[in-house]
Amino acid sequence: MSRVRADEEEYWHSSKFRAFTFDDEDDELSQLKESKRAVNSLRDIVDDDDDDLERVSWSGEPVGSISWSIKETASGSTSSLDGRDSSLQKGSSSYAALPKQASSYSLSSLFKGRNKLSSFQSLSDALTDTGVRNYAPELRRPKAEYKDYSSDWSPKDTVRRMQRGKVCSLERFRSLQDKLVLLDEAVAGHDGNVITAVLIFLKRTLRREILFRELEVRQVALCHLIHFLRETGEQKFLLDLLRFLDRTEEVALSQYREHLNIQDVEKRREFLKGCIGLPFSAEDTSHIQDHYTLLERQIIIEANDRHVEMAGQSELFRKYPRKASILNMPLVTTLFYSCFYHYTEAEGMFSSPTNLKKTFKIPDKQYVLTALAARAKLRAWGDVDALLTTKNWLGYTKKKAPIGFHRVVEILQRNNAPVQVLQEYVRLVEDVDTRLNLATKYKCHDVVIETYRDLKDRIQLTAYKCKVERGSAEEEKIKSILSNT
Amino acid sequence: QAIVWDEYLTGPFGLIAQYSLLKEHEVEKMFTLKPGRLPPADVKNIIFFVRPKLELMDIITDNVLREDRGRSPQRDFHILFVPRRSLLCEQWLKEQGVLGSFIHREQYSLDLIPFDGDLLSMESESAFKECYLESDQTSLYHAAKGLMTLQALYGTIPQIFGKGDCARHVANMMIRMKREFPGSQNSIFPVFDTLLLLDRNVDLLTPLATQLTYEGLIDEIYGIQNTYVKLPPEKFAPKKQGEGGKDLPTEPKKLQLNSAEELYAEIRDKNFNAVGSVLSKKAKIISAAFEERHHAKTVGEIKQFVSQLPHMQAARSSLANHTSIAELIKDITTSEDFFDNLTVEQEFMSGIDTDKVNNYIEDCIAQKHPLIKILRLVCLQSVCNSGLKQKVLDHYKREILQTYGYEHILTLNNLEKAGLLKPQTGGRNNYPTIRKTLRLWMDDVNEQNPNDISYVYSGYAPLSVRLAQLLARPGWRSIEEVLKMLPGPHFEERQQLPTGLQKKRQQGENRVTLVFFLGGVTYAEIAALRFLSQMEDGGTEYIIATTKLINGTTWIKSLMEKLEPAPF
Repeated sequence: MSRVRADEEEYWHSSKFRAFTFDDEDDELSQLKESKRAVNSLRDIVDDDDDDLERVSWSGEPVGSISWSIKETASGSTSSLDGRDSSLQKGSSSYAALPKQASSYSLSSLFKGRNKLSSFQSLSDALTDTGVRNYAPELRRPKAEYKDYSSDWSPKDTVRRMQRGKVCSLERFRSLQDKLVLLDEAVAGHDGNVITAVLIFLKRTLRREILFRELEVRQVALCHLIHFLRETGEQKFLLDLLRFLDRTEEVALSQYREHLNIQDVEKRREFLKGCIGLPFSAEDTSHIQDHYTLLERQIIIEANDRHVEMAGQSELFRKYPRKASILNMPLVTTLFYSCFYHYTEAEGMFSSPTNLKKTFKIPDKQYVLTALAARAKLRAWGDVDALLTTKNWLGYTKKKAPIGFHRVVEILQRNNAPVQVLQEYVRLVEDVDTRLNLATKYKCHDVVIETYRDLKDRIQLTAYKCKVERGSAEEEKIKSILSNT
Repeated sequence: QAIVWDEYLTGPFGLIAQYSLLKEHEVEKMFTLKPGRLPPADVKNIIFFVRPKLELMDIITDNVLREDRGRSPQRDFHILFVPRRSLLCEQWLKEQGVLGSFIHREQYSLDLIPFDGDLLSMESESAFKECYLESDQTSLYHAAKGLMTLQALYGTIPQIFGKGDCARHVANMMIRMKREFPGSQNSIFPVFDTLLLLDRNVDLLTPLATQLTYEGLIDEIYGIQNTYVKLPPEKFAPKKQGEGGKDLPTEPKKLQLNSAEELYAEIRDKNFNAVGSVLSKKAKIISAAFEERHHAKTVGEIKQFVSQLPHMQAARSSLANHTSIAELIKDITTSEDFFDNLTVEQEFMSGIDTDKVNNYIEDCIAQKHPLIKILRLVCLQSVCNSGLKQKVLDHYKREILQTYGYEHILTLNNLEKAGLLKPQTGGRNNYPTIRKTLRLWMDDVNEQNPNDISYVYSGYAPLSVRLAQLLARPGWRSIEEVLKMLPGPHFEERQQLPTGLQKKRQQGENRVTLVFFLGGVTYAEIAALRFLSQMEDGGTEYIIATTKLINGTTWIKSLMEKLEPAPF
């Protein structure tokens, strides 16, 4: 530390950076004025509650240490970094008024009669009084900067100072008129950091109705406040605001979003139930309703299935233990689950696939796809067959796949269906090229042979003869076709 | 001292400072920021390098609160915000009762980070979201500040053009900043002739399409972060004899990609289909060079050969790396699904069947392809149709919610707000007019020896870059009608230069234009601009700046509602 201390001493005396040099009267005066003003200002930004932690650290440790490390980094790296690119501005660290806490002067002693806290805060203001160098075009610091310390800043100046990272007194802006001018200036500066700071001030000092009313005609500021409330999770204030603005759909969505923070399923379900009546758009309302109904179902199914699984009575659950709970899963996943574990249940049961299909108006295509995947996974080929078979009113049966038979084949193949099962569906693929392709790929020889036969393509058929096993039934079949024509 | 890093920042910082440099400055330990107790370290000062984000403040709070008060020596905390202090964050720390624990709260202004000789980025991942969803223009303020810095270093830019609301804001701020600081007038001879500010929302289409340049594909598939890419290790296994491929490395291979690498500079902006031939040509040259050694007879010749060896070795390893990467990419680009996806994208962009439910998208949903892929396609369709018919939109929405979960209604709403996914209003589809006027779709694209920027998407010419191209020649006056169809105002401003600094152009001298993409830019767009820079009769060179390097996936992701609850 001693080395640092010495360096520090030297730093303050030799550098051109403004430090609290108490032997310089002019400077002291202006500095103190600024500090004082900052003391006032800080109440806006930072609440006045007495904070023990703060006191300890502000007074306890030499403030210089970090600035030292940073400064050292800076002085070393500027040369190497600045050469590379300029856009990299030096860390704009606290070169400026960095009072030396460890010096014989204790800042707080200068504020006799004031409460201690203020002095700490003034210190923090001094720390923040740094950003100037940071501001791009201002490579040289204009002298004019110093002038305005003694006078009150206009809203414009206040905003400009805040943009440079300084903390300014906002408390001075008492009248509504002043506050609004300040806000408009902040908005004109486009710096969200400043806009938010002003909004925090307004939020604290204005009545809600007035704040809301004024923000209604200041859209940019309004957006910032909404964003701020969302970030800090001030849900109630946010909803009040949105309601005031009559942005009902946003109110609804914003409230609905809350469900994500509720872990307990029962509570989540209750919450979603409350969301149903919210003023969503017509389309969204039905989705929210579905969300609630789905979770309600999942809770019932989960309770039941967990019980069955634990009891160990069901062969299905024993053979295929559940990998995860069904709670909070998407609808299609739930349908798959139900097709897997509850396929044969009557429609009256909540967990039956047909019930889900009806309740949520699941399109045929989606249903067949999901059911097919589930039954194929269980290798229940009979169910697959039944699923794709329709009966017309005359009692004739016909195979039908709303998803197209090529997709059926894909799904079955992925579940390692035997060739006998597979080829039945490959045969039904309408497009000839696709059919040949699939049949060749999955070695459904019969289908390949029949297709070539129907195409009367002797050349291909002859070529295919080499691909089937010698002496097999397929080879015989090809031979007989070739000799018959 | 020890630094606790917000992990996101380590990338950008890595571009400007090495660990060794930090070490020289007595940084003894570095940690990444995560909840819990800080690791022990025998240091006096703990410095947090963080972005001003509330969720990070929560983690810091946790760190600080769990710090053992009894330990000695006690450690001091400091916080360094990048790129700016945030009063909101400090307020937040205050509310958590830890603000006072920080002896220093500072900012490290890092506006524009150099990524390459012609590329600057602010790496502000949420800039688009903030500007277009939350109407928070803070990132624009930083962009304007960055531009002021650039002007301070490279001279006042005499001409400013722009298109879009954000562009207008940035230009206004620049003018204002200049007015407020007359002292900023500098006497540097201007490097840039023109600044072009472009809103990302003027061209929502381009990032949604799959980039087809070499670099673009690397980014699409593996994600380039701060010029680094992590690749699956298998293809990079050292091929030594006798190992029999037993000890395959499991750590991903990390490579830096920038123009300092000769080979990469040559191929990065090519259409992927043209990369293979370059690589094989290079391979032949390098083997020939190595063959030389057989012909080296005299001592002098041998000496010369040896002196070239390091360069040849480097070239060989560079070639080996890129051959491996190209193989990895080829595996994907030749897959059926990549082809199908691309076909649908190209149909949409050329205006085919954009007004009805697309089969491929439906299939992808049914097979539960990643949600972001679905959203990219649906948004692409919506943008190429100036909004979807209500019935089509409702259908997609329903399918997405049923398959991926109802909570995604929040994300769909965000996309709608950002204008990416919307119902068609007024029943008018402007896209065909825009496409034809700006020649966004080129049927006869030459991927090997391109003659038009459309090669970067194998047919689609990025709208944003077309705007830049048309601005240079013949000027935007020729496309007034189309500009009016695109969102936001277009404008021109002039910044007066002192007479001594006005450029007197030499015959044949190129103009230099700085194109600033507000809300992000893709590698393919960068490639297209570089292509224009290199055109012999182009007359304009481009330097590119942006708020963030993006691709469709990272972009959509930034707009998605965070569904996992915060770590606390």
